[in-house]
Amino acid sequence: MTVGALTADAPAAGAPTTGALLAAARITAVQDGRGGTALPALDGAGPLALRRTTGEGTAAHVMVVGSMAAPLGGDRLAIHARVGAGAELCVTSAAATISLPGRPAGPAHYDLDLTVDEDARLDWLPEPVVAATGSHLIMTTRITLAPGARLRYREEQVLGRHHDWARQAPPGRLTSRLTVRQAGRLILDQQTDLGPGAPGWDGPAALADHRTAGQLLSVGLPAEPPTAPADAVLLTLPGTGATLLTALAPDALTLRRLLAAA
Amino acid sequence: MSVSALLLLADGRFPAGGHAHSGGAEAAVKAGRVHDATTMAAFLTGRLHTTGLTSAALAAAAAADHDLAALDEAADARTPSPAQRATSRRLGRQLLRAARAAWPHPLLDDLRSRYPRGAHQPVVLGVAAYAAGLGPTEAAAVAAYESVNGPATACLRLLGLDPYEVAARLAALAPQLDAVAARATEAARAGLEQLPAASAPLLDIYAEQHHSWKVRLFAS
Repeated sequence: MTVGALTADAPAAGAPTTGALLAAARITAVQDGRGGTALPALDGAGPLALRRTTGEGTAAHVMVVGSMAAPLGGDRLAIHARVGAGAELCVTSAAATISLPGRPAGPAHYDLDLTVDEDARLDWLPEPVVAATGSHLIMTTRITLAPGARLRYREEQVLGRHHDWARQAPPGRLTSRLTVRQAGRLILDQQTDLGPGAPGWDGPAALADHRTAGQLLSVGLPAEPPTAPADAVLLTLPGTGATLLTALAPDALTLRRLLAAA
Repeated sequence: MSVSALLLLADGRFPAGGHAHSGGAEAAVKAGRVHDATTMAAFLTGRLHTTGLTSAALAAAAAADHDLAALDEAADARTPSPAQRATSRRLGRQLLRAARAAWPHPLLDDLRSRYPRGAHQPVVLGVAAYAAGLGPTEAAAVAAYESVNGPATACLRLLGLDPYEVAARLAALAPQLDAVAARATEAARAGLEQLPAASAPLLDIYAEQHHSWKVRLFAS
Protein backbone atom coordinates (compact mmCIF):
# COMPACT_ATOMS: atom_id res chain seq x y z
CA MET A 1 0.00 0.00 0.00
CA THR A 2 1.26 3.41 -0.92
CA VAL A 3 -0.37 6.64 0.12
CA GLY A 4 1.08 10.06 0.20
CA ALA A 5 1.39 13.44 -1.34
CA LEU A 6 3.36 13.61 -4.56
CA THR A 7 6.85 14.48 -3.59
CA ALA A 8 10.33 14.29 -5.01
CA ASP A 9 9.84 10.84 -6.54
CA ALA A 10 7.24 11.99 -9.05
CA PRO A 11 7.54 15.71 -9.63
CA ALA A 12 5.46 17.41 -12.30
CA ALA A 13 7.99 19.59 -14.08
CA GLY A 14 7.81 23.10 -12.74
CA ALA A 15 4.34 22.72 -11.29
CA PRO A 16 3.51 22.75 -7.61
CA THR A 17 1.96 19.47 -6.57
CA THR A 18 0.37 20.50 -3.32
CA GLY A 19 -2.39 18.14 -2.33
CA ALA A 20 -2.03 15.71 -5.21
CA LEU A 21 -2.51 12.10 -4.25
CA LEU A 22 -0.31 9.13 -4.93
CA ALA A 23 -2.16 5.96 -4.06
CA ALA A 24 -1.81 2.34 -5.15
CA ALA A 25 -4.27 -0.30 -3.94
CA ARG A 26 -3.58 -4.00 -4.15
CA ILE A 27 -5.74 -7.11 -4.39
CA THR A 28 -4.38 -10.64 -4.44
CA ALA A 29 -6.74 -13.58 -4.84
CA VAL A 30 -5.69 -17.23 -4.46
CA GLN A 31 -7.41 -20.58 -4.15
CA ASP A 32 -8.24 -21.25 -0.50
CA GLY A 33 -7.88 -25.05 -0.83
CA ARG A 34 -11.59 -25.59 -0.04
CA GLY A 35 -12.97 -24.79 -3.47
CA GLY A 36 -13.20 -21.06 -2.82
CA THR A 37 -10.98 -18.00 -3.15
CA ALA A 38 -9.05 -16.26 -0.39
CA LEU A 39 -7.76 -12.69 -0.45
CA PRO A 40 -4.31 -12.67 1.20
CA ALA A 41 -3.93 -9.03 0.14
CA LEU A 42 -6.76 -6.52 0.16
CA ASP A 43 -5.01 -3.21 0.65
CA GLY A 44 -6.90 -0.02 -0.04
CA ALA A 45 -5.01 3.19 -0.55
CA GLY A 46 -5.98 6.85 -0.32
CA PRO A 47 -9.37 7.31 -1.94
CA LEU A 48 -9.56 3.65 -2.99
CA ALA A 49 -11.10 1.70 -0.14
CA LEU A 50 -11.64 -2.02 -0.76
CA ARG A 51 -14.43 -4.07 0.83
CA ARG A 52 -14.91 -7.80 0.60
CA THR A 53 -18.60 -8.44 -0.01
CA THR A 54 -20.69 -11.57 -0.23
CA GLY A 55 -21.73 -12.76 -3.65
CA GLU A 56 -22.91 -15.75 -5.57
CA GLY A 57 -20.76 -18.68 -6.53
CA THR A 58 -17.24 -19.58 -5.53
CA ALA A 59 -15.61 -16.27 -6.49
CA ALA A 60 -14.35 -13.71 -3.99
CA HIS A 61 -16.20 -10.42 -4.37
CA VAL A 62 -14.56 -7.06 -3.81
CA MET A 63 -16.11 -3.62 -4.04
CA VAL A 64 -14.05 -0.50 -4.61
CA VAL A 65 -15.49 2.30 -2.52
CA GLY A 66 -14.42 5.86 -3.30
CA SER A 67 -13.74 7.39 0.09
CA MET A 68 -13.02 10.95 -1.08
CA ALA A 69 -13.32 13.08 -4.22
CA ALA A 70 -10.80 11.63 -6.65
CA PRO A 71 -9.24 11.66 -9.05
CA LEU A 72 -8.48 15.35 -9.15
CA GLY A 73 -6.01 16.77 -11.63
CA GLY A 74 -2.48 15.79 -10.60
CA ASP A 75 -3.54 12.64 -8.70
CA ARG A 76 -1.93 9.31 -9.50
CA LEU A 77 -4.11 6.38 -8.56
CA ALA A 78 -3.46 2.72 -9.27
CA ILE A 79 -4.92 -0.67 -8.56
CA HIS A 80 -2.85 -3.82 -8.91
CA ALA A 81 -4.83 -7.03 -8.90
CA ARG A 82 -3.63 -10.58 -9.32
CA VAL A 83 -5.78 -13.68 -9.50
CA GLY A 84 -3.68 -16.76 -8.77
CA ALA A 85 -4.06 -20.07 -10.60
CA GLY A 86 -7.58 -21.46 -10.34
CA ALA A 87 -8.92 -18.60 -8.18
CA GLU A 88 -11.95 -16.46 -9.05
CA LEU A 89 -12.31 -12.76 -8.31
CA CYS A 90 -15.11 -10.34 -9.07
CA VAL A 91 -14.48 -6.62 -8.58
CA THR A 92 -17.17 -3.96 -8.75
CA SER A 93 -17.38 -0.38 -7.55
CA ALA A 94 -19.90 1.32 -5.30
CA ALA A 95 -20.34 4.37 -7.50
CA ALA A 96 -19.14 6.06 -10.66
CA THR A 97 -15.62 7.48 -10.63
CA ILE A 98 -15.85 11.22 -11.22
CA SER A 99 -12.78 12.83 -12.77
CA LEU A 100 -12.54 16.43 -11.62
CA PRO A 101 -10.17 19.25 -12.52
CA GLY A 102 -7.42 20.00 -10.00
CA ARG A 103 -5.33 22.88 -8.89
CA PRO A 104 -3.02 23.43 -10.71
CA ALA A 105 -4.62 22.23 -13.92
CA GLY A 106 -3.08 19.04 -15.22
CA PRO A 107 -4.11 15.49 -15.97
CA ALA A 108 -4.77 12.84 -13.35
CA HIS A 109 -3.55 9.29 -13.89
CA TYR A 110 -5.36 6.08 -13.10
CA ASP A 111 -3.47 2.85 -13.76
CA LEU A 112 -4.89 -0.65 -13.61
CA ASP A 113 -2.57 -3.61 -13.67
CA LEU A 114 -4.53 -6.86 -13.81
CA THR A 115 -2.94 -10.29 -13.93
CA VAL A 116 -4.92 -13.51 -14.29
CA ASP A 117 -3.01 -16.76 -13.88
CA GLU A 118 -3.75 -20.16 -15.41
CA ASP A 119 -7.35 -21.33 -15.15
CA ALA A 120 -8.21 -18.32 -12.98
CA ARG A 121 -11.11 -15.96 -13.63
CA LEU A 122 -11.41 -12.22 -13.18
CA ASP A 123 -14.61 -10.23 -13.54
CA TRP A 124 -13.78 -6.53 -13.49
CA LEU A 125 -17.09 -4.69 -13.64
CA PRO A 126 -16.85 -1.18 -12.20
CA GLU A 127 -19.30 1.68 -12.58
CA PRO A 128 -18.52 4.28 -15.27
CA VAL A 129 -15.78 6.88 -15.27
CA VAL A 130 -17.30 10.33 -15.71
CA ALA A 131 -15.23 13.24 -17.04
CA ALA A 132 -16.44 16.50 -15.49
CA THR A 133 -15.88 19.82 -17.23
CA GLY A 134 -12.24 20.89 -17.20
CA SER A 135 -10.84 17.52 -16.10
CA HIS A 136 -8.36 15.29 -17.92
CA LEU A 137 -7.88 11.71 -16.83
CA ILE A 138 -5.27 9.42 -18.37
CA MET A 139 -6.22 5.80 -17.80
CA THR A 140 -3.75 3.03 -18.51
CA THR A 141 -4.91 -0.56 -18.20
CA ARG A 142 -2.58 -3.50 -18.63
CA ILE A 143 -4.06 -6.96 -18.56
CA THR A 144 -1.86 -10.04 -18.52
CA LEU A 145 -3.58 -13.37 -19.10
CA ALA A 146 -2.00 -16.79 -18.68
CA PRO A 147 -3.15 -19.64 -20.94
CA GLY A 148 -6.62 -20.73 -19.84
CA ALA A 149 -7.30 -17.49 -17.93
CA ARG A 150 -10.86 -16.19 -18.20
CA LEU A 151 -11.80 -12.56 -18.12
CA ARG A 152 -14.81 -10.28 -18.21
CA TYR A 153 -13.65 -6.66 -18.23
CA ARG A 154 -15.96 -3.71 -18.64
CA GLU A 155 -15.15 -0.06 -19.05
CA GLU A 156 -17.60 2.76 -19.54
CA GLN A 157 -16.63 6.32 -20.25
CA VAL A 158 -19.08 9.15 -19.83
CA LEU A 159 -18.16 12.57 -21.15
CA GLY A 160 -19.60 15.18 -18.84
CA ARG A 161 -21.80 14.95 -15.76
CA HIS A 162 -25.51 15.47 -16.14
CA HIS A 163 -24.92 18.78 -14.41
CA ASP A 164 -22.37 19.72 -17.11
CA TRP A 165 -24.77 18.75 -19.90
CA ALA A 166 -27.61 20.73 -18.34
CA ARG A 167 -25.61 23.94 -18.36
CA GLN A 168 -24.19 23.09 -21.82
CA ALA A 169 -20.63 23.06 -20.56
CA PRO A 170 -18.05 21.05 -22.51
CA PRO A 171 -17.12 17.68 -20.98
CA GLY A 172 -13.75 16.76 -19.58
CA ARG A 173 -11.22 14.64 -21.46
CA LEU A 174 -10.54 10.92 -21.09
CA THR A 175 -7.44 9.39 -22.61
CA SER A 176 -7.57 5.65 -22.18
CA ARG A 177 -5.20 2.90 -23.24
CA LEU A 178 -6.02 -0.77 -22.93
CA THR A 179 -3.26 -3.30 -23.52
CA VAL A 180 -3.98 -7.03 -23.27
CA ARG A 181 -1.53 -9.90 -23.48
CA GLN A 182 -2.61 -13.53 -23.63
CA ALA A 183 0.01 -16.24 -23.12
CA GLY A 184 2.68 -13.67 -23.99
CA ARG A 185 1.00 -12.53 -27.19
CA LEU A 186 -0.28 -8.99 -27.61
CA ILE A 187 -3.95 -9.35 -28.56
CA LEU A 188 -5.27 -5.81 -27.98
CA ASP A 189 -3.56 -2.45 -27.79
CA GLN A 190 -5.95 0.41 -28.13
CA GLN A 191 -6.02 4.03 -27.11
CA THR A 192 -8.98 6.36 -27.28
CA ASP A 193 -8.71 10.07 -26.65
CA LEU A 194 -12.09 11.70 -26.17
CA GLY A 195 -13.06 15.19 -25.10
CA PRO A 196 -11.91 18.76 -25.74
CA GLY A 197 -8.25 18.86 -26.79
CA ALA A 198 -8.39 15.53 -28.66
CA PRO A 199 -8.51 16.27 -32.42
CA GLY A 200 -11.75 15.13 -34.05
CA TRP A 201 -13.15 13.50 -30.88
CA ASP A 202 -16.74 14.63 -31.54
CA GLY A 203 -16.46 14.25 -35.32
CA PRO A 204 -17.91 11.56 -37.57
CA ALA A 205 -14.91 9.21 -37.18
CA ALA A 206 -14.83 9.02 -33.38
CA LEU A 207 -17.93 9.75 -31.27
CA ALA A 208 -20.13 11.93 -33.48
CA ASP A 209 -23.12 12.92 -31.32
CA HIS A 210 -22.62 10.17 -28.73
CA ARG A 211 -21.37 11.14 -25.28
CA THR A 212 -20.55 7.73 -23.83
CA ALA A 213 -18.29 4.91 -25.00
CA GLY A 214 -17.94 1.47 -23.54
CA GLN A 215 -16.29 -1.86 -24.03
CA LEU A 216 -16.82 -5.35 -22.70
CA LEU A 217 -13.83 -7.61 -23.16
CA SER A 218 -14.50 -11.32 -22.78
CA VAL A 219 -11.84 -13.99 -22.82
CA GLY A 220 -12.77 -17.66 -22.51
CA LEU A 221 -16.38 -16.63 -21.84
CA PRO A 222 -19.30 -16.36 -24.26
CA ALA A 223 -20.40 -13.00 -25.63
CA GLU A 224 -23.45 -12.12 -27.69
CA PRO A 225 -23.51 -9.60 -30.52
CA PRO A 226 -25.89 -6.67 -30.03
CA THR A 227 -29.40 -7.50 -31.22
CA ALA A 228 -31.01 -4.09 -31.75
CA PRO A 229 -29.53 -1.70 -34.32
CA ALA A 230 -27.08 0.59 -32.52
CA ASP A 231 -23.53 1.86 -32.80
CA ALA A 232 -22.28 -1.34 -31.21
CA VAL A 233 -20.37 -4.32 -32.59
CA LEU A 234 -18.89 -7.53 -31.27
CA LEU A 235 -15.31 -7.87 -32.50
CA THR A 236 -13.36 -11.11 -32.52
CA LEU A 237 -9.83 -10.30 -31.39
CA PRO A 238 -6.64 -12.06 -32.37
CA GLY A 239 -5.77 -14.63 -29.73
CA THR A 240 -7.85 -17.45 -28.28
CA GLY A 241 -11.51 -17.01 -27.37
CA ALA A 242 -11.27 -13.23 -27.04
CA THR A 243 -14.00 -10.81 -28.06
CA LEU A 244 -14.52 -7.11 -27.61
CA LEU A 245 -17.99 -5.61 -27.55
CA THR A 246 -17.61 -1.94 -28.43
CA ALA A 247 -20.55 0.39 -28.00
CA LEU A 248 -21.35 4.08 -28.24
CA ALA A 249 -24.47 5.67 -26.84
CA PRO A 250 -25.93 9.09 -26.11
CA ASP A 251 -26.11 8.40 -22.36
CA ALA A 252 -24.82 6.04 -19.67
CA LEU A 253 -28.09 4.13 -19.22
CA THR A 254 -28.33 3.25 -22.91
CA LEU A 255 -24.66 2.30 -22.93
CA ARG A 256 -25.12 -0.10 -19.99
CA ARG A 257 -28.02 -1.77 -21.79
CA LEU A 258 -25.85 -2.33 -24.87
CA LEU A 259 -23.02 -3.81 -22.82
CA ALA A 260 -25.32 -5.87 -20.61
CA ALA A 261 -26.75 -7.63 -23.65
CA ALA A 262 -23.66 -9.77 -23.81
CA MET B 1 16.51 9.88 -50.37
CA SER B 2 14.87 9.87 -53.77
CA VAL B 3 12.00 12.33 -54.07
CA SER B 4 10.84 10.53 -57.22
CA ALA B 5 10.62 7.19 -55.39
CA LEU B 6 8.58 8.91 -52.67
CA LEU B 7 6.19 10.36 -55.25
CA LEU B 8 5.80 6.99 -56.93
CA LEU B 9 5.08 5.18 -53.63
CA ALA B 10 2.48 7.77 -52.60
CA ASP B 11 0.86 8.02 -56.04
CA GLY B 12 -2.74 6.83 -56.14
CA ARG B 13 -1.95 5.21 -59.50
CA PHE B 14 0.76 3.00 -57.98
CA PRO B 15 -0.96 -0.41 -58.31
CA ALA B 16 -1.35 -1.13 -54.61
CA GLY B 17 -5.15 -1.41 -54.57
CA GLY B 18 -5.88 1.50 -52.25
CA HIS B 19 -8.33 3.17 -54.65
CA ALA B 20 -10.93 0.44 -53.95
CA HIS B 21 -11.12 1.36 -50.24
CA SER B 22 -12.90 4.23 -48.51
CA GLY B 23 -11.43 3.80 -45.02
CA GLY B 24 -14.86 3.94 -43.38
CA ALA B 25 -16.04 6.93 -45.43
CA GLU B 26 -18.71 4.94 -47.29
CA ALA B 27 -20.28 3.77 -44.01
CA ALA B 28 -20.01 7.29 -42.53
CA VAL B 29 -21.79 8.68 -45.60
CA LYS B 30 -24.52 6.05 -45.37
CA ALA B 31 -24.96 6.83 -41.67
CA GLY B 32 -25.57 10.45 -42.71
CA ARG B 33 -22.66 11.69 -40.61
CA VAL B 34 -20.55 12.75 -43.61
CA HIS B 35 -22.64 14.73 -46.08
CA ASP B 36 -20.62 17.74 -47.25
CA ALA B 37 -17.07 19.13 -47.41
CA THR B 38 -17.16 20.31 -43.78
CA THR B 39 -18.24 16.97 -42.32
CA MET B 40 -15.76 15.24 -44.67
CA ALA B 41 -12.96 17.41 -43.25
CA ALA B 42 -14.04 16.53 -39.70
CA PHE B 43 -13.98 12.84 -40.62
CA LEU B 44 -10.51 13.16 -42.15
CA THR B 45 -9.20 15.03 -39.09
CA GLY B 46 -10.44 12.30 -36.76
CA ARG B 47 -9.05 9.57 -38.98
CA LEU B 48 -5.65 11.23 -39.34
CA HIS B 49 -5.08 11.65 -35.62
CA THR B 50 -6.14 8.11 -34.74
CA THR B 51 -5.63 5.31 -37.24
CA GLY B 52 -3.47 7.65 -39.36
CA LEU B 53 -1.04 8.22 -36.50
CA THR B 54 -0.95 4.54 -35.58
CA SER B 55 -0.34 3.44 -39.19
CA ALA B 56 2.32 6.10 -39.69
CA ALA B 57 4.19 4.94 -36.58
CA LEU B 58 4.04 1.30 -37.67
CA ALA B 59 5.29 2.25 -41.14
CA ALA B 60 8.12 4.36 -39.71
CA ALA B 61 9.14 1.52 -37.39
CA ALA B 62 9.08 -1.00 -40.25
CA ALA B 63 11.24 1.32 -42.36
CA ALA B 64 13.80 1.45 -39.55
CA ASP B 65 15.51 -1.51 -38.04
CA HIS B 66 12.67 -3.26 -36.26
CA ASP B 67 11.52 -6.80 -35.70
CA LEU B 68 8.86 -7.21 -38.42
CA ALA B 69 7.08 -10.10 -36.67
CA ALA B 70 6.67 -7.97 -33.54
CA LEU B 71 5.40 -5.07 -35.67
CA ASP B 72 2.88 -7.29 -37.44
CA GLU B 73 1.65 -8.52 -34.03
CA ALA B 74 1.47 -4.89 -32.86
CA ALA B 75 -0.61 -4.03 -35.95
CA ASP B 76 -2.92 -6.99 -35.30
CA ALA B 77 -3.49 -5.90 -31.69
CA ARG B 78 -4.20 -2.33 -32.86
CA THR B 79 -6.90 -3.56 -35.23
CA PRO B 80 -9.69 -5.08 -33.12
CA SER B 81 -12.10 -5.26 -36.07
CA PRO B 82 -11.67 -8.55 -37.97
CA ALA B 83 -12.97 -6.86 -41.13
CA GLN B 84 -10.25 -4.22 -40.84
CA ARG B 85 -7.57 -6.83 -40.12
CA ALA B 86 -8.55 -8.69 -43.30
CA THR B 87 -8.55 -5.45 -45.30
CA SER B 88 -5.16 -4.43 -43.95
CA ARG B 89 -3.62 -7.79 -44.84
CA ARG B 90 -5.20 -7.77 -48.31
CA LEU B 91 -3.85 -4.28 -48.95
CA GLY B 92 -0.48 -5.37 -47.59
CA ARG B 93 -0.39 -8.25 -50.05
CA GLN B 94 -1.27 -5.99 -52.98
CA LEU B 95 1.28 -3.37 -51.99
CA LEU B 96 3.93 -6.06 -51.58
CA ARG B 97 3.35 -7.27 -55.11
CA ALA B 98 3.75 -3.77 -56.53
CA ALA B 99 6.76 -3.00 -54.36
CA ARG B 100 8.57 -6.21 -55.30
CA ALA B 101 8.13 -5.29 -58.96
CA ALA B 102 9.29 -1.71 -58.42
CA TRP B 103 12.08 -2.15 -55.85
CA PRO B 104 13.18 -5.80 -55.58
CA HIS B 105 14.67 -6.44 -52.14
CA PRO B 106 15.32 -9.55 -49.99
CA LEU B 107 13.30 -8.03 -47.10
CA LEU B 108 10.24 -7.87 -49.36
CA ASP B 109 10.75 -11.50 -50.44
CA ASP B 110 11.07 -12.45 -46.79
CA LEU B 111 7.76 -10.74 -45.94
CA ARG B 112 6.05 -12.67 -48.70
CA SER B 113 7.31 -16.04 -47.55
CA ARG B 114 6.51 -15.31 -43.90
CA TYR B 115 3.04 -13.88 -44.55
CA PRO B 116 1.58 -15.64 -47.58
CA ARG B 117 -1.85 -14.11 -46.79
CA GLY B 118 -0.33 -10.69 -46.43
CA ALA B 119 1.38 -8.75 -43.68
CA HIS B 120 -0.39 -5.64 -42.36
CA GLN B 121 -0.33 -2.79 -44.87
CA PRO B 122 1.60 -0.25 -42.75
CA VAL B 123 4.32 -2.85 -42.09
CA VAL B 124 4.64 -3.60 -45.81
CA LEU B 125 4.61 0.13 -46.54
CA GLY B 126 7.56 0.70 -44.22
CA VAL B 127 9.59 -2.11 -45.76
CA ALA B 128 8.65 -0.94 -49.27
CA ALA B 129 9.86 2.55 -48.40
CA TYR B 130 13.13 1.07 -47.14
CA ALA B 131 13.51 -0.97 -50.33
CA ALA B 132 12.89 2.20 -52.36
CA GLY B 133 15.73 3.93 -50.54
CA LEU B 134 13.46 5.97 -48.31
CA GLY B 135 13.58 6.35 -44.53
CA PRO B 136 11.14 6.27 -41.58
CA THR B 137 10.24 9.95 -42.05
CA GLU B 138 9.05 9.35 -45.62
CA ALA B 139 7.28 6.09 -44.71
CA ALA B 140 5.35 7.92 -41.99
CA ALA B 141 4.50 10.77 -44.35
CA VAL B 142 3.09 8.37 -46.95
CA ALA B 143 1.02 6.51 -44.33
CA ALA B 144 -0.38 9.75 -42.91
CA TYR B 145 -1.20 10.98 -46.41
CA GLU B 146 -2.90 7.71 -47.36
CA SER B 147 -5.00 7.83 -44.18
CA VAL B 148 -6.84 10.89 -45.54
CA ASN B 149 -6.33 10.89 -49.30
CA GLY B 150 -8.20 7.63 -50.00
CA PRO B 151 -11.23 8.55 -47.85
CA ALA B 152 -11.29 12.07 -49.38
CA THR B 153 -11.42 10.62 -52.90
CA ALA B 154 -14.17 8.24 -51.77
CA CYS B 155 -16.21 11.16 -50.36
CA LEU B 156 -15.73 13.04 -53.61
CA ARG B 157 -17.24 10.16 -55.54
CA LEU B 158 -19.95 9.18 -53.04
CA LEU B 159 -21.23 12.69 -52.43
CA GLY B 160 -20.42 14.31 -55.78
CA LEU B 161 -18.39 16.98 -53.99
CA ASP B 162 -16.61 19.77 -55.83
CA PRO B 163 -13.08 18.43 -56.49
CA TYR B 164 -11.58 21.89 -55.93
CA GLU B 165 -13.25 22.08 -52.52
CA VAL B 166 -11.88 18.63 -51.62
CA ALA B 167 -8.38 19.67 -52.73
CA ALA B 168 -8.67 22.82 -50.62
CA ARG B 169 -9.67 20.80 -47.54
CA LEU B 170 -6.76 18.39 -48.04
CA ALA B 171 -4.34 21.31 -48.46
CA ALA B 172 -5.67 22.84 -45.24
CA LEU B 173 -4.91 19.55 -43.46
CA ALA B 174 -1.27 19.53 -44.66
CA PRO B 175 0.24 21.05 -41.49
CA GLN B 176 -1.55 18.43 -39.38
CA LEU B 177 -0.36 15.68 -41.75
CA ASP B 178 3.22 16.86 -41.26
CA ALA B 179 2.77 17.05 -37.49
CA VAL B 180 1.29 13.54 -37.29
CA ALA B 181 4.07 12.10 -39.48
CA ALA B 182 6.73 13.80 -37.33
CA ARG B 183 5.13 12.49 -34.14
CA ALA B 184 4.90 9.00 -35.61
CA THR B 185 8.55 9.04 -36.67
CA GLU B 186 9.65 10.14 -33.23
CA ALA B 187 7.50 7.52 -31.51
CA ALA B 188 8.88 4.77 -33.76
CA ARG B 189 12.40 5.79 -32.78
CA ALA B 190 11.50 5.35 -29.10
CA GLY B 191 10.81 1.62 -29.54
CA LEU B 192 7.99 -0.87 -29.76
CA GLU B 193 6.50 -0.10 -26.33
CA GLN B 194 6.11 3.55 -27.28
CA LEU B 195 4.28 2.97 -30.56
CA PRO B 196 0.98 4.87 -30.60
CA ALA B 197 -2.23 2.83 -30.49
CA ALA B 198 -4.66 5.67 -31.22
CA SER B 199 -8.05 4.49 -32.41
CA ALA B 200 -11.46 5.95 -33.22
CA PRO B 201 -14.52 4.03 -31.94
CA LEU B 202 -16.80 4.75 -34.91
CA LEU B 203 -14.18 3.60 -37.44
CA ASP B 204 -14.21 0.12 -35.86
CA ILE B 205 -18.01 0.09 -35.87
CA TYR B 206 -18.22 1.35 -39.48
CA ALA B 207 -15.77 -1.34 -40.63
CA GLU B 208 -17.96 -4.14 -39.29
CA GLN B 209 -21.22 -2.57 -40.47
CA HIS B 210 -19.80 -1.99 -43.95
CA HIS B 211 -18.49 -5.55 -44.13
CA SER B 212 -22.02 -6.89 -43.55
CA TRP B 213 -23.57 -5.01 -46.48
CA LYS B 214 -24.44 -6.99 -49.57
CA VAL B 215 -24.06 -4.07 -51.96
CA ARG B 216 -21.28 -1.53 -51.61
CA LEU B 217 -19.20 0.67 -53.86
CA PHE B 218 -15.94 0.32 -51.96
CA ALA B 219 -14.27 -2.80 -50.56
CA SER B 220 -13.93 -1.18 -47.12
